[in-house]
Amino acid sequence: MMRRTAMTALLSHWRRRPLQLVMLLLGLSLATALWSGVQAINAEARASYDRAAATLGQDRLDRIVSSTGAPIAPSDYVALRRAGWLVSPVIEGTLRLGPTRLHLIGIDPLTMPDEGRAGDISATGDLLAFLTPPGLLYVSAETAERLSGQSLPPLKITSSLLAGIGMTDIGTAERLLGKPGEISQLIVAPGQRRGLPPVEQIAPGLVVKAPDAQGDLARLTDSFHLNLTAFGFLAFAVGLFIVYSAIGLAFEQRRATFRTLRSLGLPATTLTGLLLAELVGFAIIAGIAGVLLGYLVGSVLLPGVAATLQGLYGASVPGTLTLRPQWWASGLAIALFGTLAAAAQSLWRVWRMPLLAPAQPRAWARASESGLRLQAALALALFAATIALAAFGSGLVVGFSVLGGLLLGAALLLPVLLALFLALMQRLTRRPIAEWFWADTRQQLPGLSLALMALLLALSANIGVGTMVSSFRLTFTGWLDQRLAAELYVTARDEAQAADLRAWLPGRVDAVLPIWSVSGDVRGAPAEIFGVADDPTYRDNWPLLARASDTWDQVAAGTGALINEQLSRRDRFVIGDSLDLPGGWTTTVAGVYSDYGNPLPQVMIGIDALTTHYPDVARLRYGLRLPPTHVAALSEALRARFDLPPENLIDQASLKRRSLDIFEQTFSVTAALNVLTLGVAGLAMFASLMTLSTMRLPQLAPIWAMGLTRRQLVLLELARTLVLAAITLLAALPVGLGLAWVLLSVVNVEAFGWQLPMHVFPADWVRLAALALGASLLSAFIPLRQLAAVAPSDLLKVFANER
Amino acid sequence: MLLTLDDVSKSYRTAEGPLAVLQGIDLSLGAGESLALTGESGSGKSTLLHLVAGLDHPDGGRITVDGQAIGGLDDKGRAALRRSTVGLVFQQFNLIPSLTVAANLAFHARLADRFDAGWQQQLTARLGLDALLARYPEQLSGGQQQRVAIGRTLAARPKLVLADEPTGNLDEATGDAVMALMLSLVAETGSSLLMVTHSQRLAGQLDRRIHLRSGRIDRTVERPA
Repeated sequence: MMRRTAMTALLSHWRRRPLQLVMLLLGLSLATALWSGVQAINAEARASYDRAAATLGQDRLDRIVSSTGAPIAPSDYVALRRAGWLVSPVIEGTLRLGPTRLHLIGIDPLTMPDEGRAGDISATGDLLAFLTPPGLLYVSAETAERLSGQSLPPLKITSSLLAGIGMTDIGTAERLLGKPGEISQLIVAPGQRRGLPPVEQIAPGLVVKAPDAQGDLARLTDSFHLNLTAFGFLAFAVGLFIVYSAIGLAFEQRRATFRTLRSLGLPATTLTGLLLAELVGFAIIAGIAGVLLGYLVGSVLLPGVAATLQGLYGASVPGTLTLRPQWWASGLAIALFGTLAAAAQSLWRVWRMPLLAPAQPRAWARASESGLRLQAALALALFAATIALAAFGSGLVVGFSVLGGLLLGAALLLPVLLALFLALMQRLTRRPIAEWFWADTRQQLPGLSLALMALLLALSANIGVGTMVSSFRLTFTGWLDQRLAAELYVTARDEAQAADLRAWLPGRVDAVLPIWSVSGDVRGAPAEIFGVADDPTYRDNWPLLARASDTWDQVAAGTGALINEQLSRRDRFVIGDSLDLPGGWTTTVAGVYSDYGNPLPQVMIGIDALTTHYPDVARLRYGLRLPPTHVAALSEALRARFDLPPENLIDQASLKRRSLDIFEQTFSVTAALNVLTLGVAGLAMFASLMTLSTMRLPQLAPIWAMGLTRRQLVLLELARTLVLAAITLLAALPVGLGLAWVLLSVVNVEAFGWQLPMHVFPADWVRLAALALGASLLSAFIPLRQLAAVAPSDLLKVFANER
Repeated sequence: MLLTLDDVSKSYRTAEGPLAVLQGIDLSLGAGESLALTGESGSGKSTLLHLVAGLDHPDGGRITVDGQAIGGLDDKGRAALRRSTVGLVFQQFNLIPSLTVAANLAFHARLADRFDAGWQQQLTARLGLDALLARYPEQLSGGQQQRVAIGRTLAARPKLVLADEPTGNLDEATGDAVMALMLSLVAETGSSLLMVTHSQRLAGQLDRRIHLRSGRIDRTVERPA
């Protein structure tokens, strides 16, 4: 009974202040939504990687592949089978169907172990149809939709394949891909007989690869998802500021009620328990709303993330979210965690609150001032730890810890700096209204500082990420100009046509630059090996970060290789180091080049070395040098002479545009999260200003009584919001630039393997300043309108003590 | 006359319909004069004070302060009147919590552009606030806060001091001391004083007292010479 009565008294606060309740629930829902939305995207992507890793049982079965990346000859397959190896052949390749591309996998269902089949191939009794012409093509429902109308074997829908992948009989695949007898890999069945001769002995040039539980995609995209998680967490933290602010103020306003309840005999533990129960109730309500909202956020962002992952890593992730039961649990858990984290201090204060604690606003402010000193010490300690971590630590987690330390330290320091600035301004002013303005602003600081800290985080993140993206864009654009020097890029349909092209082109263009590559493992990880012609195009343009005196001579002679920055950083290669390449040969590192946007290590060797060591390399692609004015005519001539589809002929401008599109897409999700975070910070401002506005009248009424008009008071309140937002913006500049530096010099290097020069973009700051001040004005609009419309009778109540 | 009220009326809207708080009030106050408004709770004393200060509008009648008809002033004009002609002392003190005692004392005078460092120093000494200048309002007792509020008003040397139960929140001894100080300082500045009080004893210390009952003047009593 006692508890119910006390609970009713406590809950009555929210009935009188519904907006405060809305803000609390909204803040918590938004924080939960942004966090669980990002988690949903990550979970969806990871589920796709798991499915990709499980295709052909790569996560569980050994595979045999060629050490040079060349196809496996049928004779080798036969030799292995004869020696007793239970292996199953697979042919893989990309099938171009107009604008659609299909990664086609051909298997032999009779020898393929169960783990390697797409779940239901034999189970459904379609084996005969699968094996006999016209065969069957297993694809996902999404792929089936895209392939409708194509001349392909009958489609069969399966849920075990990712979008963009098709599985068919090996014979059908050979025919469709035009790769007769070119086995891509052999799947090794589990439970092989003991004492088999080693693979290398039977078929030199072939190697056994162990199963890969995580999958290359999961590994490659790890840093991308970590970035996304970091942003989700930032948005969550900013959302929690609203919760913290709302709970703190609600507790402050109910201090009298707490005192009364305690003086009427309610034990402190019971009071704290009731408040805890109240908060848990709110957390559950907001958690449910947050998960639903998170699903919405995830659904909106996922197509962008999917496009990015496709563009950057070639990873196929579905564009729609699946609602998973574990989200509900994790969403509610994070809402509960957030609420309790945000409320811990307030609950502790209630538990320890002396019955006769003062409840005047200035006393609150003064108590906060002593807290400010502690906050400043904490911020400085955090900065010192962050600097030490940046200087001596390494790894992506350290990178994000440095980011976290920087942001948290800056947020903690902001109220201290603001208090110092306001005190200084108060001391410098002579006019009474100005003096009151600065003193009163100082007094409002404790109530506003959390919202301002949230704003600082959002603005710093915006400046930091904006600087990083813009620096990246500037560098990337310049780099593309160097890298894509050829005016036209042409891809032959097959080797025969490529030979025709090589014979036809001389005399019509200034230079023909082969773009030939093989894939293979370098130091245990997948890498690309390109051949490069000895041509001024490369000698003059290639963006080298480190070089020997005779780099290009070494490459041309086949004695040296260029490696990309990623590989150089990953394995700490320097000029002159020896480099073991697939096929069992060794070369020397002669240069390091920047290779932005490529997640894979890359090696460039002379074109002759490439054809010597990898004679089976596909020779389909070429860069053509010619005067830009001749590009259109040559394209037309090529199309007419070789009947090339449009996607096989790309001019420099289109390729650059396509590259930049992928680039922009990559950061569109980051930009969206940035805007959302800023929106949440704006909401935090609004919540604080709304709550404070209900406590403002007793402070404003005496000033009004002494001769200031309500209009002047409104203008002063407006000026206060703008001044605080402007100072926060100024503080956000160095923090944002620090953030950008950490992102460019620490996180990017750890996550992607490349370092970028930092550029500053003051015009962006002006835009952001306008946005931030606009958001602050918007957040202040309703409280100010309320103040402007306040009736004199309400102001008079202050003097009559009837409030 | 410094202050005249001519047939002033005021009513408030309530759930039960309009409630007449003041009806047909006629009143005048000369320069340097002091007048006490007494009456039961709800008799309209504070409302009358608020109307004179330009904090609220009358429904009917005319109020003139220092020759200016308040009814003809807009929000800006009324604010200017409060800034330069009128000074208010409230029961709740209503000091500015963010400013020190020194800044609070000087605030109104500086607002009215009549700050006089010498007068301020004198006032501070007379009010016994010398040792408290660097403190903030919440660090003061009720009597100390009311002394600051009186000092704040008188530092601006207003022609008319309006006091609403200035000792209502103080114990009798403190209230008497504060009252005596206020009356002597008002007399020194030559200001007129209109004070709302429940206490007949305090009202008796002023030149005249008017008793309000149900929004009307019930009786006027002159202090015996």
